[in-house]
Amino acid sequence: MWEYSEKVKELFFDPKNAKAVADANAVGDVGSISCGDALRLTLKVNPETEVIEDAGFQTFGCGSAIASSSALTELIKGKTLDQALKVTNQDIADYLDGLPPEKMHCSVMGQEALQAAVANYRGEEWRDDHEEGALVCKCFAVDAVLIEQTIRANNLETVEQVSHYTKAGGSCAACHEGIEEILGKVLAEKGQSVSVADSAEPGATGNRALIQRVQTILKVFDDVRPQLKADGGDIELVEVREEKVFVRLEGACSGCQMAGATLGWVQQRLTETLGEFIRLIPVNGDNQPLGGRA
Amino acid sequence: MQQQTTVNAPDGIYLDNNATTRVAPAVVQAMLPYFTELFGNPSSMHSFASGVGKAVQQAREQVQALLGAAYDTEIIFTSCGTEADSTAILSALRANPDRNEIITTAVEHPAILALCEQLEKEGYKVHRLPVDGQGRLDLDAYASLLSPRIAVVSVMWANNETGTLFPVEEMARMAHEAGVLFHTDAVQAAGKVAIDLKRSAIDMLSLSGHKLHGPKGIGVLYLRRGTRFRPLLRGGHQERGRRAGTENTAAIAGLGKAAELALKNLQADGARMAALRDRLEAGVLAAVPHAFVTGDPANRLPNTANIAFEYVEGEAILMLLNRAGIAASSGSACTSGSLEPSHVMRAMSIPDTAAHGSTRFSLSRETTAEEIERVIAAVPPIIARLRELSPYWSEGAPVADPQQAFAPVYA
Ligand SMILES: Cc1ncc(COP(=O)(O)O)c(C=O)c1O
Repeated sequence: MWEYSEKVKELFFDPKNAKAVADANAVGDVGSISCGDALRLTLKVNPETEVIEDAGFQTFGCGSAIASSSALTELIKGKTLDQALKVTNQDIADYLDGLPPEKMHCSVMGQEALQAAVANYRGEEWRDDHEEGALVCKCFAVDAVLIEQTIRANNLETVEQVSHYTKAGGSCAACHEGIEEILGKVLAEKGQSVSVADSAEPGATGNRALIQRVQTILKVFDDVRPQLKADGGDIELVEVREEKVFVRLEGACSGCQMAGATLGWVQQRLTETLGEFIRLIPVNGDNQPLGGRA
Repeated sequence: MQQQTTVNAPDGIYLDNNATTRVAPAVVQAMLPYFTELFGNPSSMHSFASGVGKAVQQAREQVQALLGAAYDTEIIFTSCGTEADSTAILSALRANPDRNEIITTAVEHPAILALCEQLEKEGYKVHRLPVDGQGRLDLDAYASLLSPRIAVVSVMWANNETGTLFPVEEMARMAHEAGVLFHTDAVQAAGKVAIDLKRSAIDMLSLSGHKLHGPKGIGVLYLRRGTRFRPLLRGGHQERGRRAGTENTAAIAGLGKAAELALKNLQADGARMAALRDRLEAGVLAAVPHAFVTGDPANRLPNTANIAFEYVEGEAILMLLNRAGIAASSGSACTSGSLEPSHVMRAMSIPDTAAHGSTRFSLSRETTAEEIERVIAAVPPIIARLRELSPYWSEGAPVADPQQAFAPVYA
């Protein structure tokens, strides 16, 4: 069940400007029935002043698609075309007191309909650079084609980088496995494999600092190991990423009720030794959080 | 002072029983002692444990009766339907390492489909039987796929979205003749249709407590005696070493009671729900143009009506229904957080114009005729209202050629 804001519900249950403007001189259509949402925006633009005197929407779609469409019309009425074009999808989402991340594409659709309508009014051809592929990131509606293109164009090597460039995987993380697969495919063509950590910043100093940190971490592990062994367990370093230290707990430690306590204790030792806050994150077996391939 | 939290059930008409059901009051009563007085671990050797083992045994027999299993030891309690599904398929693969293919259908629950997708990545070959426009399988195509390479066939007994029943008993016989193991996901069928496993060739069957007025988080894997088996969870010797982990005794007792109630009322409840379901469909279709029932009307669960409303989107329907106090569900993409309509609608080649508006009303034995009449009255204005908002609809009918009339620069 989506947790919609009161504003979304209000504009869904009682939408404003749900109509086709009768004497419209600008029309923008986006979406399609097969995508699950479609929006037609009709505008009456004053030819002298370019002020949007009336705006109407017709929408096939879910609750937030209808509310976003209605919000768009409210936002742009009375504005000139140039002013209206400055309205972003974030403005639409803000007007609605926010949208669930998975529904942000509804606000994007509103912004695109406006661009299409303005292009229609000005006799330009509006083209979306949208190329459809299998949807990978459902939160931000990013598809496989876009992810692959972005990886190639920017020589990306980690899931985190892909999230930064495309937003894919930036919200719920459910698609990290899918992103990794695409990365793996592209990297394999170059004879590489998905790297564990972010590609280190170029520059020897960065690397040396990293190596020193890792050595310190391993030293702490060596110090605590006898105690872990006494309980039939062990700890192994998997990955270091900024303040996050990923480890694998083995033997009696993994899954035992003491795992949490053990982690807290080792984390404390690390934080003290390194003089910076460290978060110790367990990964177990082939269950890899954050796309790290151990 | 202890804080008293009162939780009020939302009132309204609950027609989402394929998602989950209300736990029957008698089931709650059957469970309560196992939280407090009879809390012992059935494996323990003291008086706190005595009686608990007996309760588990009684529940096993109640489930055995519901399924018509020959032996009570064929019943293995699991943590849910999904676990039973995973256990069945993975066991079949591990017990038959020389076989690396699976037959299933395109319309299974994700509990099967997502597992199969993963197995495919690991190198197994998965055959997904397609369905026709009414969700039916082609048994000739199925027969031609059966071979010594197949480790297991997994076919659901009843579809959760449309209620369509598959001829699993016949398909199990065919599998047996070919020397292939047969599993069925009967999570939606158990308690709604008669099942008599001792007279069938089904080797494994999954069910889930919360679909038959039992608690959530409890399931059963039926495993025919003599079937080769590899446990999913290893550890203690619970469930005869076939499913390690301390028994969820309260839930097991509850499931037993739920199974007993379901069996007792199977015939009467089924007939009553089917009559209400038919009335619902007839009433809605008489008042709403451009709508149709999906699935196979001749072979389906008594409680499920899936109606596709053209040119409207399912989540919007659900929101308006919810405001009218009616709980249903949708195959629409938007409700699930994906952007694609349900794989079941796709597999049946339901056009996109209708798939997004498919709405499932699933009844229970608690549903009343009066509730159904209220739904019949509520639905038509909701659909009409959303169509009025739609660019694909104008003046009481779909626009002449929706895909043409609506001309986005890209689609
Ligand atoms: C056909 C089918 N199989 C499996 C399941 C999963 O059952 P559970 O929720 O107990 O894991 C469901 C329920 O959602 C179902 O409808």
